[in-house]
Amino acid sequence: MKAAEFQAIYVMWLRQMKRFIRSKSRLVSTIVQPLFFLLILGSGFRVATFEGVNDYLSFLAPGIVTMAILFSSMFTGISVLWDKQFGFLQEVLVAPISRFSIIIGRTLGGATVALIQGVIILLIALGLGVEISGVFGLLLTLVFMILIAFTAVGFGLVIASKMEDFQGFQLIMSLLIMPLLFLSSAFFPVTANPTMKTIAIFNPLFYMVDGLRGSLVVNVATVNHPLLDLLVVVVMCIIMMGAGSYLFSKSEV
Amino acid sequence: MDIIKTDNLTKKFNDLTAVDNISFSVKKGEIFGFLGPNGAGKTTTIKMLTTLLHPTNGSAKISDFNIVKDRDKVRKNIGVVFQEPALDTELTGGENLDYHARMYGIGRNKRKTRIEDVLHLVDLEDKRDVFVKNYSGGMKRRLEIARGLMHYPNVLFLDEPTLGLDAQTRRAIWEYIKKMNKEEGTTIFLTTHYMDEADYLCDRVGIIDHGKILVIDSIENLKNSVGNDVITLSCSDLDGLIKRLEKEDWIENIERHESLLTLGVEKGDEKIPVIIEISQSQNIQIKSISVRKPTLDDVFLHFTGRTIRNQETADIKIPPRFRSRMG
Repeated sequence: MKAAEFQAIYVMWLRQMKRFIRSKSRLVSTIVQPLFFLLILGSGFRVATFEGVNDYLSFLAPGIVTMAILFSSMFTGISVLWDKQFGFLQEVLVAPISRFSIIIGRTLGGATVALIQGVIILLIALGLGVEISGVFGLLLTLVFMILIAFTAVGFGLVIASKMEDFQGFQLIMSLLIMPLLFLSSAFFPVTANPTMKTIAIFNPLFYMVDGLRGSLVVNVATVNHPLLDLLVVVVMCIIMMGAGSYLFSKSEV
Repeated sequence: MDIIKTDNLTKKFNDLTAVDNISFSVKKGEIFGFLGPNGAGKTTTIKMLTTLLHPTNGSAKISDFNIVKDRDKVRKNIGVVFQEPALDTELTGGENLDYHARMYGIGRNKRKTRIEDVLHLVDLEDKRDVFVKNYSGGMKRRLEIARGLMHYPNVLFLDEPTLGLDAQTRRAIWEYIKKMNKEEGTTIFLTTHYMDEADYLCDRVGIIDHGKILVIDSIENLKNSVGNDVITLSCSDLDGLIKRLEKEDWIENIERHESLLTLGVEKGDEKIPVIIEISQSQNIQIKSISVRKPTLDDVFLHFTGRTIRNQETADIKIPPRFRSRMG
């Protein structure tokens, strides 16, 4: 690969980072929203008893981390639409760099932003007294976080290539992502309800939440072994990134 | 030497032919303009030449590189200023230029000096560290022109470079375009639907309408090809004079504009005394009379049978989603 391609990847990454750091409202909202979830849901449901859950906050924390990374990364993918509407995409597309580098740079940028947010929430959760399983678990958690970020950026790219405006994005968020998130065991275990448990098998988000939970915290039972979840998430990640970059490279301005 | 050469370039969107078998060439170092109304296929042509759209048929070469087969080499050789602003408004002007230079593989030291150079060219040195979202429309345009020049392109494409700018800013942009054509030796391909712009800037103009090139020539020749002068006059009895003048076969066309009459004639200055004589014999008093060389407006009218303004109000039928792609 030529030096200009690395420069292009770096530029795409740097641009994401600068925009993230400069956008104070985005910085605040992406941290405050999950924090509210953690604090309010966490203290509200603490008294409830779920089967296999000894500490609700420990149960909830991985769910919220997943949610934060998911939303942030999807936003990155979707923001291609922004660049399309504001014309900046054309500037990138006429540059003598491959579309693959553009995708890589953008994905890395989005994933980095999402990881920063995820880690901040993780640290807050630790501060609130969530017990974690150890160094290996933490490393595995990091792997999950990266994979979730990449998968969601890929999904965002797919949507961005297929949509003309932002109304469609709102629709997908409320009709697809929110229900999937509720059924992913991010907020409560789905194992108690047989229907929900069946649905969970087909819910991509379920494997993310379950895997992250299994690798991060103790005191909480998970459905699958984290490594099984990891396998599923890796496959989904490859499919989503592949589909996202294929559709992006095919799109004309 | 021809720096751009197209051969039957064609682009179809479903059953709409936006660009229809156009063949033309642009010489190194010249300012070449595509003049035509919105929807004529100007932007589509630029998008094909800049590798953003695949031609349906035909081919084109820029600096001898094929726009389909050697896309990367073509991209290295061109700079583009799009019709809509294509800047990242969340970044500063300097950052926009720096990121651009990186993508074109320009080294660190060269980047620095080049940014200074191009900012100087468009008088934006003091705005380097200002966020682009705080720039005015004219400043954004200037920054884009500067950015288009960053990587020393052989050809700079300008798609409607002064669209939506006020008269003063347009003048300034024109000066910048002339300056970089002269100082950097950059060949410039621009599109416009402003007659005065094509008249002021271009060495040669192609008139394009409905995806077809009607004529390509120097401004001078185009005006001469209309072959007549335009006489404008006002008098005490317009209707009477029109009636009388309609009998004269040396008048190519007569048009009435409220209180004014325009006549298309050969050798206008010799015809003024004749017209005065005729009107005196009819007891019609001439109040004013003048002769002028035809403008590009007249040329456009001559080749298309319409003025550009008429065209725009009558707008041709384009499916809404393609409307933004054309023009």
